[in-house]
Amino acid sequence: MIRAWLTQHGFVFFLTLKRLISTPATSLLSIIVMGIALSLPAGIYVLMENLSSISGQTASSPQMSLFLKLDIKKEDIEGIKQRMEEDSQIVSFQFIPKDAALHQLQQNNGLADISASLVRNPLPDAFIVHTLENAPENLEQLRVAMQSWPEIEHVQFDSAWAERLSALLKLGRFIVLMLTTLLSVAIIAIMFNTIRLQILTKRDEIEISKLIGATDSFIRRPFLYFGAIQGLAGGATAWLIMTLVIRALNEELGTLAQLYDFDLQLQQLSPSDSISLLLFSAWLGWLGARLSVASHLWQIEPR
Amino acid sequence: MIVFKNVSKRYPDGYVALNNVDLTVESGEMVFLTGHSGAGKSTLLKLIAAIERPTSGTITISGQNIAQLKLGAIPYLRRKIGFIFQDHKLLFDRNVFDNVLLPLQISNFDNKTVAGRVRAALDKVGLLKKEKAMPIALSGGERQRLCIARAVVHRPSILIADEPTGNLDIEYAQDIMSMFISFNQVGVTVLIATHDASLLRDTQHRILSLKQGKLAV
Repeated sequence: MIRAWLTQHGFVFFLTLKRLISTPATSLLSIIVMGIALSLPAGIYVLMENLSSISGQTASSPQMSLFLKLDIKKEDIEGIKQRMEEDSQIVSFQFIPKDAALHQLQQNNGLADISASLVRNPLPDAFIVHTLENAPENLEQLRVAMQSWPEIEHVQFDSAWAERLSALLKLGRFIVLMLTTLLSVAIIAIMFNTIRLQILTKRDEIEISKLIGATDSFIRRPFLYFGAIQGLAGGATAWLIMTLVIRALNEELGTLAQLYDFDLQLQQLSPSDSISLLLFSAWLGWLGARLSVASHLWQIEPR
Repeated sequence: MIVFKNVSKRYPDGYVALNNVDLTVESGEMVFLTGHSGAGKSTLLKLIAAIERPTSGTITISGQNIAQLKLGAIPYLRRKIGFIFQDHKLLFDRNVFDNVLLPLQISNFDNKTVAGRVRAALDKVGLLKKEKAMPIALSGGERQRLCIARAVVHRPSILIADEPTGNLDIEYAQDIMSMFISFNQVGVTVLIATHDASLLRDTQHRILSLKQGKLAV
């Protein structure tokens, strides 16, 4: 039973591939259109991912720096750790001892000479704190609360900067969402029309199949496969476009980086995001085909 | 067993194709349906395969009321029936083999046995050597035989033929008739609609005659 089901689906899968290949120009054009349409929102998404990773923090978990007083004792540090663990707003924190901070400073290209000339370590112990909240007013509240702890010299948190970045990222997300929605509708419409034309040209086959006992799902199946496979191919095209564009951008950035002596490379789409892109585009194609089949197939009733 | 009880079929334009037809065909029986064109032969056959639905009355096939069959159950009814259409309804975009394969694909047959079944069906109608030919290259008689092969490949219990000898020479027609007789001999219920009097002259099978939508006794 399962084997029969598998052969049935395998058969339809290869039949669909054959159909796609039998009209190479049409198939290729639709796939390219879908790929370009999808690469737009996906490209902006990749840029945003890069933006939030370049800024050193993900927008969903903002970060604060706590600088301790210079004459702090070991027990006080333990006390601070304990308080932070009890605070429900703090997701995670990291203690950076002053020696480590100095070491990091010496590693830093431009500052190595300066730090080498220092007689003693001027840096304080510090904590880096990640918080749950990212609303600026709540962060400000937390900052004030921590500033009042006796061991703390200074809490650094550029709320205006965070606010700007988070607004920017929010805007970016909104644009991605808008573009995705609009272009998804466009892709569904393209697929709807493609399948409509296919149904028209396969009218005889559909009618005869119905006459000799084909179920609706049997008749629907090749069209749904067609939509999903073409959608998948469109997604793969979008992925390819983005990979190539990012690679080209990185080459340009590389030249720029050499001139200015800094390191900046754009990250490619992550594997999980790539899979999401492919699945989403396949689903879009399937949905367009499903809607088209639902609105056209019933018109073909054998007489 | 096929049983019609008070079956009428009126088309939306008011034309009455069948008028209160009562009819019983035993399983394993071979029956001819005759009458002028427009007498309701095709309509009667289409009612059996639920291609048309009756306006009133009941049609039962092996105890199942076809008149009240849900849409989703119709495909499974049609798989029990082999239908030879007046206009053949062959697919011209695929070869002889693939045309006969279609009913097996539809009813989910195991891939390993299908090729053998298709060839067996083609062998019965004498088209085995033409399995790679396209239907467009076949003669009228060969197309008719292809249609028969497609109708019997899934071994239906009921075989329905609408004017199977339509435009064929008498020699071809007798050939095809003997095929039906051999299917009937292995237990298939056979219903043949024809207006070809020469076919009916010396048959021992029951002949039902339709006149203006009514069965004439």
